[in-house]
Amino acid sequence: MLANLTHILPLTTIRRERLLPAPGRVLVRTGQKVLATDVIAVTKPINRHMLLEVARGLGVPPEQADTMIQQKEGQKVAKGDIIAGPVGMLSRTVRTPCDGIVVAVGEGQLLLELEGELVSLLAGIPGTVVDLVTDRGAVIETSGALVQGMWGNNQLDKSLLSVLVHSPIDELVSSQLDVSQRGSVVLGGYLGKEETLKAAIDLPLRGLILASMPARLVPLALQAPFPIMLLDGFGRLPMNPVAYTILTTNEEREVTVNASAWDPQRGIRPEVVIQLPTSSQIPAPAETDIFALGQTVQIRRAPCSAQAGTLVSLRPGQPVFPSGIHAPAGTVKLENGEQVIVPLANLDVIE
Amino acid sequence: MNSPRTEIESLLAIDVGSVNTRAVLFDVAAERYHFVAAGLAPSTADAPYKDIGEGTRAALEDLQRITGRTLVGKDERVILPGHPDGSGVDAMVLSMSAGPLLNVVAVGLLQDVSLESAQRLAASSYTRLAESIWLNDHRKAETQIDAIIQARPDILIVAGGTDHGANKSIANLMEVVGLACYLTPVENRPILMYAGNQELAGRIKEQFDVMTTVRLAPNIRPDFDLEDLSPAQICLAEIVNQIRGARVAGVSDLAVQSGGYTLPTANAFGRVIRFLSRIYDQNKGVLGVDLGATATTVAAAFGGKLALHVNRPLGMGAGIEGLLDPAQVAEISRWLSIALPEDDLLDYMHQKIAYPASLPVTPEELAIEQAIARQALRVAIRGIPRGLVEPVHPDGAGLSAPFEPILATGAVLTQAPTQGQSMLMLLDALQPVGVTTLVLDQNHLAPALGLAAGINTLLPVQILESGAFLNLGTVISPICSADPGTPIVRFRLVYSDGTEATAEVKQGSLHVLPLARNQTAQLYLEPLHHTDLGFGRAGRGVKITGGALGAVIDGRGRPIRLAGDPSERQEQHKKWLWALGG
Repeated sequence: MLANLTHILPLTTIRRERLLPAPGRVLVRTGQKVLATDVIAVTKPINRHMLLEVARGLGVPPEQADTMIQQKEGQKVAKGDIIAGPVGMLSRTVRTPCDGIVVAVGEGQLLLELEGELVSLLAGIPGTVVDLVTDRGAVIETSGALVQGMWGNNQLDKSLLSVLVHSPIDELVSSQLDVSQRGSVVLGGYLGKEETLKAAIDLPLRGLILASMPARLVPLALQAPFPIMLLDGFGRLPMNPVAYTILTTNEEREVTVNASAWDPQRGIRPEVVIQLPTSSQIPAPAETDIFALGQTVQIRRAPCSAQAGTLVSLRPGQPVFPSGIHAPAGTVKLENGEQVIVPLANLDVIE
Repeated sequence: MNSPRTEIESLLAIDVGSVNTRAVLFDVAAERYHFVAAGLAPSTADAPYKDIGEGTRAALEDLQRITGRTLVGKDERVILPGHPDGSGVDAMVLSMSAGPLLNVVAVGLLQDVSLESAQRLAASSYTRLAESIWLNDHRKAETQIDAIIQARPDILIVAGGTDHGANKSIANLMEVVGLACYLTPVENRPILMYAGNQELAGRIKEQFDVMTTVRLAPNIRPDFDLEDLSPAQICLAEIVNQIRGARVAGVSDLAVQSGGYTLPTANAFGRVIRFLSRIYDQNKGVLGVDLGATATTVAAAFGGKLALHVNRPLGMGAGIEGLLDPAQVAEISRWLSIALPEDDLLDYMHQKIAYPASLPVTPEELAIEQAIARQALRVAIRGIPRGLVEPVHPDGAGLSAPFEPILATGAVLTQAPTQGQSMLMLLDALQPVGVTTLVLDQNHLAPALGLAAGINTLLPVQILESGAFLNLGTVISPICSADPGTPIVRFRLVYSDGTEATAEVKQGSLHVLPLARNQTAQLYLEPLHHTDLGFGRAGRGVKITGGALGAVIDGRGRPIRLAGDPSERQEQHKKWLWALGG
């Protein structure tokens, strides 16, 4: 059976294609080293437009106004430039009310595209540009630790990692957040109280990596000016032990938190990247897999939510669960030695 | 070498959902079509595969394992047509609900006439209404242009003007649409679907053909008082197929193998519901509900006239997003048979959105899923046009139109651990009135039958008659405002051997009539305390046939009155489930 994959790896090759939403200008070259927050490409946003009623402004019929318009399509105009006129005894003129580009002229009207600020594309991970995608972006590669999560607030930043948990089940509380954490990326466990999140925003942090959080805090988390990502889910869930080990052993290192919203269609997930040196090229992790014995898996639903273990058997047929549903399943040996039968649909393969 | 068979006997139907891909096999046995088996695998339209081919191959492998038949050749393609040795199939059809929702901008003349029709048309497929423009839209022209561009439409649906009616107003609207198209980069320009005044169709095609693809459809509002979406729905379904085929790898290849018998799942589902409405009681309609992971489709048809509504996002996976509003969460909470704080319910809903394929292992999680399913269906039936179905209650609770049967599909309904759970979810959510039959499409065959009807009209009829669908039972739902516990109906069930069973049904209760599966009996009902039985004269009696749960009298009234106290309410839910066998 095809398996869902989550990458949680202490050392791997990480390769990410970063693309603009629309064609634009790529600012980097192959071989260039970039930081996660570097701008690698820019594009024009979807601009606003302004329709100028030239005929009405001049007080002439549309056909006549068309012959009087002095600007052509594609022409840049500045605020106050004369578009048409003067005409008549009162020397009527029509001027541009703001800077822009003439995009259409006709029937006594002129359509102006107003200039807007460029949209920037950030590198997303620190690394080396290994390929360019013409007019759209680049492929960036690095080596290091990779921890993928399941929810993010669509922010990106990097800083040194401050570990404020002593076990995967710890709760992060506001009293743990003081000025010494300002500007750092904090690794918390479960964050359960609104006051804790507000304290993190007030400092502010540069990033917050959590095991879990109540869903009622989502609106506030979306307003935070720094990335917040959840590794394991909503509610009170412990941090999965694989991620916990990797992150706690990288305390004080610079970490990049790319808390992108999970987009299953495009394959974009929130993730933590910790750039680490390697003496040799490590293969990039597989993107697809099928369930097989010996795999490290994580359980995504109750009971045993967020716990990791080893897949020790694939059950024949479709076992019946306490809820009464029956489904293809496997036996997972948890870290405490206990064995549980779990629907394969509730498992993520960790690799 | 085997020579291919020319007649269509075996048919393979592939249905690609957002969570699961199904491969369903039909074949002839004893000179009649039968459902043979269904293979199932996770869908692979999303990353990392981004190709529906992988999930389809896995579903076909599962089907081959179950049936022992060879359906796929060494070239990894379906063997078409079938061979005398039993390998391959004679025909193949493809339906698909997976893939991104397509952005639609609806354009119409009058906001509550042609624009509404355009919006209803958009809602008949897997689209997201991103923007609407109409004649009396008070925004400036440039603001409308910007709104269209920023909506990033995949499809522009333009309606308006009765045939031989207004054309200057449409021409004015099309200026805005034209400028927006012109200003959109060529590679991103939407397909323009024109379904307005047919006198203008040629001129609009000529005007826009140079900029983008134009598809002309019959006027969806040929007269002011007449809406006819059906022909345009076919056109829209083709456009949706075309765009998704270009965006999701593997679709085009399977569409070629299916010889063009490809439809969005909702349209294929709607087609079979319309088909059923022509062959069942013409005085009643047929209702179909497909509760999927991302979208919930409601199809209601009366005598061949179909209302199709794809509610999106609304479902049991990513579609839970459509139920995150606090008022909806509170409603879901009222359908819970367990004590659960709303915060915990919200946590569960967010977790399920992230892991849409995951399954409830504990009884508590199952209770949550089934409560969500009830609310998703209740929201979905509100999308049926009011002209077609007037609800009993202003909040949309309860269907007043007589539907016979109600066909339901979707894993949460069809794979529920007990048939009582399936029936109670449907009764709670749809709250039918009068007499109806609840039928479960356990293998999600309906879309395949809708498509198969285009190849062989005999196949869907024989499959429907073959018992491939599960008849849960006939339900009689009287309406009465008496106090709970008051007798509202006295029934007498006369079996074919002349024996009888009699009892009273009390307000607020569910009563299962003692009727074995496929056993027929005459049911005589005597209304008490001004009870409205919802059908003809009481003394005449109705002939009923037992389903999997026999037959049921739902004496809970419409709308169902849930207790205000949470623990009392939970007891109500448990009691009702016990009445249906647990």
